[in-house]
Amino acid sequence: MDPRRANRTVIDPKIRQVGFFAPAAAPAQSISTAEGGDLPSPPRSDSSAGSNSPAPVMIPPPRHLSAPVSVPASSSPLRREEQAVFPVGSYNPVESLLASSPSPSPSSRMDGADYSEDVSWGRAASSVSNLQPKSSLTTVSVVKMPPGLTEKGKGPVPEGSLERGAGVKPKEKLSKAERRALQEEQRAAKAAAKASGDGRKPEQNKVGKPTVQRKENIQAPSVQEKKVPERATEKDRKKDVPPPRLQFDDKNRVEKAKRRAIVNQSEARNIVELFRHLPQYVHGTQLPDLEAKFFQLDPMHPSVYKVGLQFLAGDITGGNGRCVAMLLAFRDAITDYSTPPEKTLVRDLTAKIGSYVSFLIECRPLSISMGNAIKFLKNRIAKLPLTLSESEAKSSLQADIDRFIHEKIILADKVIVNHAVTKIRDNDVLLVYGCSCVVEMILLKAHELGKNFRVVVVDSRPKLEGQALLRRLVKKGIRCTYTHINAISYVMHEATRVFLGASSVLSNGTAYSGVGAAAVAMVAHAFRVPVLVCCEAYKFHERVQLDSICFNELGDPEVISKVPGRPEVNHLDRWAEHENLHLLNLTYDTMPSDYISMIITDYGMVPATSVPVIIREYRREHVWI
Amino acid sequence: MPDVHELVNDLVLKLKRRRIEGSHACAKLTAELLRQVISQQRVPHTNQAAALIDAVKSVGEKLISANSVELAVGNIVSRVLHIIREEDVSLTSSALEGLGFGSDDEETLADREEQHLGASPAVAAAAARSALRAPSLHTLLEGIPDSATVPHPSSSGGDSEGRSRSDKSLRTRRLKHAVIEAINELISDIDTCCEQISELAVEHIHQNEVILTLGRSRTVKEFLCAAKEKNRSYRVFVAEGAPRYQGHVLAKELVAKGLEATVITDSAVFAMISRVNMVIVGAHAIMANGGIMAPVGLNMVALAAQKHAVPFVVVAGSHKMCPLYPHNPEVLLNEMRSPSELLDFGEFSDCMDFGSRNGAPLLHVINPAFDYVPPNLVSLFITETGGYNPSYMYRLIADYYSAHDVIVQQRRSGSGI
Repeated sequence: MDPRRANRTVIDPKIRQVGFFAPAAAPAQSISTAEGGDLPSPPRSDSSAGSNSPAPVMIPPPRHLSAPVSVPASSSPLRREEQAVFPVGSYNPVESLLASSPSPSPSSRMDGADYSEDVSWGRAASSVSNLQPKSSLTTVSVVKMPPGLTEKGKGPVPEGSLERGAGVKPKEKLSKAERRALQEEQRAAKAAAKASGDGRKPEQNKVGKPTVQRKENIQAPSVQEKKVPERATEKDRKKDVPPPRLQFDDKNRVEKAKRRAIVNQSEARNIVELFRHLPQYVHGTQLPDLEAKFFQLDPMHPSVYKVGLQFLAGDITGGNGRCVAMLLAFRDAITDYSTPPEKTLVRDLTAKIGSYVSFLIECRPLSISMGNAIKFLKNRIAKLPLTLSESEAKSSLQADIDRFIHEKIILADKVIVNHAVTKIRDNDVLLVYGCSCVVEMILLKAHELGKNFRVVVVDSRPKLEGQALLRRLVKKGIRCTYTHINAISYVMHEATRVFLGASSVLSNGTAYSGVGAAAVAMVAHAFRVPVLVCCEAYKFHERVQLDSICFNELGDPEVISKVPGRPEVNHLDRWAEHENLHLLNLTYDTMPSDYISMIITDYGMVPATSVPVIIREYRREHVWI
Repeated sequence: MPDVHELVNDLVLKLKRRRIEGSHACAKLTAELLRQVISQQRVPHTNQAAALIDAVKSVGEKLISANSVELAVGNIVSRVLHIIREEDVSLTSSALEGLGFGSDDEETLADREEQHLGASPAVAAAAARSALRAPSLHTLLEGIPDSATVPHPSSSGGDSEGRSRSDKSLRTRRLKHAVIEAINELISDIDTCCEQISELAVEHIHQNEVILTLGRSRTVKEFLCAAKEKNRSYRVFVAEGAPRYQGHVLAKELVAKGLEATVITDSAVFAMISRVNMVIVGAHAIMANGGIMAPVGLNMVALAAQKHAVPFVVVAGSHKMCPLYPHNPEVLLNEMRSPSELLDFGEFSDCMDFGSRNGAPLLHVINPAFDYVPPNLVSLFITETGGYNPSYMYRLIADYYSAHDVIVQQRRSGSGI
């Protein structure tokens, strides 16, 4: 029994960590708790579970599954007293996580952990009963059970159970005061925990039980230690969630936006109905207009202006390229910035950056990577200590920008290349799509290392980015095959790996990448060819998306009607005269996560399911320093 | 005779040079040519059918080898052969009815068939097939031994002794006449298949539907226009179908008919398919297993459609049904088009250094013409005779071709490749 229990204590925290906050200290604590709780004898608990279980509500299979695992189910009547002394089921991982907190009454523990099954388990512990097995369940399905259980359990529960029951049910009932009290208690608890290390005082637990439990119900599911900072992030996170994007079918707001706009945007004709919510610009027409305005736009810094024009003209493309150009422009702007009198640097500079950003958006919608970089910069500005002088603040910001570019982009690319190269073997046929600079670096690096491989460059209209890539690869002496996306099923037979870049990876594992990449990944999936998506972690975004329609970028429809180098293809000349004819030039599409074998990022090679973890860790590391 | 030769050579040359676009045109030209061949073919008094078959075969062989990936040519040749056989059988049986029963013609029959088929082992199959074609309940009940005794009376009696010479010459003319009639019918079928298919359009397209297609197919265009004419209004996404960009043409034609058309790039197919109700495409050829050879890019579309559970409907005339079961069709039945459609020759001339690396060029450009879409990705075939599942195509094809011709054609196209 003991070994098993030990296993559980070690394993469980890991399991539960996912989706919660990673408590590094868990194992040690859990062991200690295990010691405390090692009284329960499994057979007993099993039998009790069998006999008393409130059958109708429960879903039997999970319990049975877990029953063997649940080992020491603590709540046999005999054990009850002991439980009071030892914080309940020692093996309970949640508990172990919580162990450091000084207020781990069984109930509070569970509630704090927010696992509903733990709640029930607490009940069980006190009420002697059957609910026991649930506590050990880690399956998601179990989570649903407790409410019913708690209802059922109420009857038999003696002493404080009613209170507890009440506490368990309604989170909403808590008043602000209560919440505050709770917070304070937690804070105190945390302090105490720090002071006393692992010190859990059973009596204290007992006493604190009812009230604490109730309050803690509201708590975010977290380890006590983490709670306070986590709470902060919680708030910030809410603030952080990007406000709904401007939907361009919302007339009022679009009108407002237009009035503010610097760039004169003429609306495209023949809008595709499905994409009414996206900005529809006719490209190129506003360029001379903007150039003429150059000297009138005093609020705009020339570097920013230049970058904006480059975006507009399509001279700078690619997620990294645009992001770096933008950051460098901002850096210039900060260099030349001086705080106007009567204003504070933090506020004024933030507003300035904001106006720059909106100008850039007018030139071309931001990529997600740029959004993240802007978020980073604004955060750094906001976090500037007020004590800094202007020049210090400026140099600190510039250093931040340099650091971001260096670490998050340049170094990250290097790390990705080093990872990805290990996945290239001799005689591989690597299929790449479009032009991603990371992928190109990978290929060149592999070539430098003397690996013998062949590259299939798949290209698509209208950008035909692949041709530039092809040229560079061929110049380096790499054997290449070039084809267009329609022939993908034909060339996929040869391919052994597919390398794709991504504009962003969303937190549901979807890769948001240049249009066509999803189709390539789909065909690769159908042909059982592994798909490796290379993307720097700074491009990850917590947004989720299921289709390519709700959010996308529309390119210039005009380029579809013309085929470069094929003057005979001119069927769509003057297409705009036909009212019912639309041309749609999508820029991105979303690649479902099941097509992605692996995401190579600067944090290593991870499956698509690990993206939310990286997003979380990334945020903690870089935004909330 | 000489002018037929000229015509044949002309068509062969055109096929070789890929001057004829599309299986419809190929099928029609082939059928017309064969009609001419047959009408000019001098037939002997005996074994006229065999003579016709030989003539058609020799011409067909040339045509098929001229463009072995244009399966429609082979299809038409096989069908003409089939027509000749059918007419022969029906004529003999009708003659038989008129003449009564000659019981001693067993040997002559075997004789004749041997000549016909060039020692074909498939006589049994033919007999079984003709039995299969008219499976009335009566024959099923009574004729169980039929299939066992191969040369059964109904198909026998080709040259019964009781027949006079004049009778025979009459028959000769009647056979030729009947065959030409049938070929005329075939040609008109090829011509009208689009209309017949498009009559089914209203049964498949409803109001406000969103349809996706790739490239341009005449059949698809007629199909879509027919639904529009029945006052269904719906939207069409047209993938342009690089590198031929025929989608542009289709979009323009549809708009001219008053439909709402949106041209998308081929790469955006996956993004858009989730908002599409139905994919309707044309095919280059329908294989006997229910797979299709289709313009390049359609396999990707079919996979995307499968992913989003969008019906993938193939509209095609029966002249595209090919009696072959494909083996490695992406390679064997495919054709490489000019790289200049993808890259300008001049553009990469600096990289195309054939001198270095022992002559192996660094850069290859692949530009296949067709995709193979396996039957499990196809939801429905719509032909002029109605809608069919991919799994039923083999049976439908059996109606149009006889087994001997399939074998012959396979041998030929194999050698042609």
